[in-house]
Amino acid sequence: MGKRVGMEVAIAASEAVALCNIDVAAVYPITPQSHMAEHLADIIHDGRIDAEFITVESEHSSISACAGASATGARVYTATSSQGLMYMHEILPIVSAMRLPVVMGNANRAVSGPLNIWNDHTDIMPQRDSGWICMFAENGQEVVDMTIQSFKIAEHPDVMLPIVLNIDGFQLTHMIEPLEFPTQKEVNKFLPPRKPFASLHPDNPISMGCFNTPDIYAETMKAKDTALHNSKKTIVKIWKEWGKQFGRTYKPVETYRAKGADTLILTMGSMGETASIAVDELRKKGAAVGLVRLRLWRPFPLDELRAAIKGCKTLIVMDRAISFGGAGGPVGTEIKSLLYHDKGRPRIVDFIMGLGGRDVTVNDFIAMVERAKKKKDETYEYYGVRE
Amino acid sequence: MKQKKAASKAWPEKWHEINPGCMVFIPGNASTYHTGSWRAQRPEWDNKKCIKCGLCYIFCPEGCISEDAEGFFKANLDYCKGCGICAHECWPGAIKMFEEVE
Ligand code: SF4
Ligand code: SF4
Repeated sequence: MGKRVGMEVAIAASEAVALCNIDVAAVYPITPQSHMAEHLADIIHDGRIDAEFITVESEHSSISACAGASATGARVYTATSSQGLMYMHEILPIVSAMRLPVVMGNANRAVSGPLNIWNDHTDIMPQRDSGWICMFAENGQEVVDMTIQSFKIAEHPDVMLPIVLNIDGFQLTHMIEPLEFPTQKEVNKFLPPRKPFASLHPDNPISMGCFNTPDIYAETMKAKDTALHNSKKTIVKIWKEWGKQFGRTYKPVETYRAKGADTLILTMGSMGETASIAVDELRKKGAAVGLVRLRLWRPFPLDELRAAIKGCKTLIVMDRAISFGGAGGPVGTEIKSLLYHDKGRPRIVDFIMGLGGRDVTVNDFIAMVERAKKKKDETYEYYGVRE
Repeated sequence: MKQKKAASKAWPEKWHEINPGCMVFIPGNASTYHTGSWRAQRPEWDNKKCIKCGLCYIFCPEGCISEDAEGFFKANLDYCKGCGICAHECWPGAIKMFEEVE
């Protein structure tokens, strides 16, 4: 294992990419991802790695350049945030439909309007149905580890799908944390060079991104959906491999003091750290409260979630996005729907909170647990909005 | 699920017979798809008016117009989709479109 260093997480994300022997990066800078873009450009400009940095005029172009480069067999990385991700939206389902293993870091930020540069998950949720593998990191070390793991997962012959790694903007990107970097030798051992299933080459012409008529489109969609569901097996396998080699284990759903808990808080991303302190406080007072962290959002780890919440009476879902005019937050809505048929399922309380960079403190989590106790129905509710 | 490269010329029937990413490994296989089945109108050439400029050949989006030994042009009706572009572009008016009748 390499040495422990203090480093800003955005910088660390690009340092992790530099360990992955990438061929091409096409990144357009945007707050709060800018340090990722700048640092990766520096690394390539300084000749620390042998890769091409394509300077593009927009995110629509950065993701398109990535798709093209990936189709030639290159290992490709991009990063973005908020409006940038929205601008990529059109190309995202094309990348997954073409089964191109592009890896992307997304520094989660609220979407306009009104303009807001701070953290929430309103940028990634509209991309939910794009067919990408979608994961959330909780701290800087996870950003480093998961970036490296992502290339191996995305390129695996049983997966061949793009991955977006969500890194909470500012709350995570701009933290300086003590981090452990694996050595280049260790990464080389873990991550072999990409062996593309097929690639574009004039000597061996093939067609990618073909046209579909009505008599084949539906079959293609089922094939894509199945590929995404099936990827979970490989994701879990590669996370286990990582654990064996580096001693840090990753699971689709992780729990903290969840054993015997009658109330569970469910979080995604950096919030889990604060929520775990709230759990400690509540446990000290004798309340049977625990924490469930959803690391994998797509493919959705339903079996793992079921196992994690077994026996609990109340599940409090923390949603940092809202489906306007709908059934609530995207995470809460989905979990309600997935557990609909389960006998003895917990009561699900869906809080919309932490929007646009609003701090969610330990006391806030404790207050939400209190509020959930009193809540009679399962309708969603805004927390912390001034009435 | 192990991914395979299906090289058969057959149109995939079931969802799991589709190549990952709908990739096509047989170059030029568009020729197996007969776009002529879409045609509602058929172009006909009047060689008396034709000046052999070749514009119809150049503009045909299906690439289905070819030149014969005498330098005149005609469409391969297996692929001619009846768009009428050749007739529109032929400035001496040598090509006319006719309704396809059973
Ligand atoms: S465009 Fe008209 S004139 Fe020219 S070659 Fe074709 S048919 Fe003849
Ligand atoms: S009608 Fe259209 S497809 Fe047919 S020969 Fe003319 S240009 Fe080509």
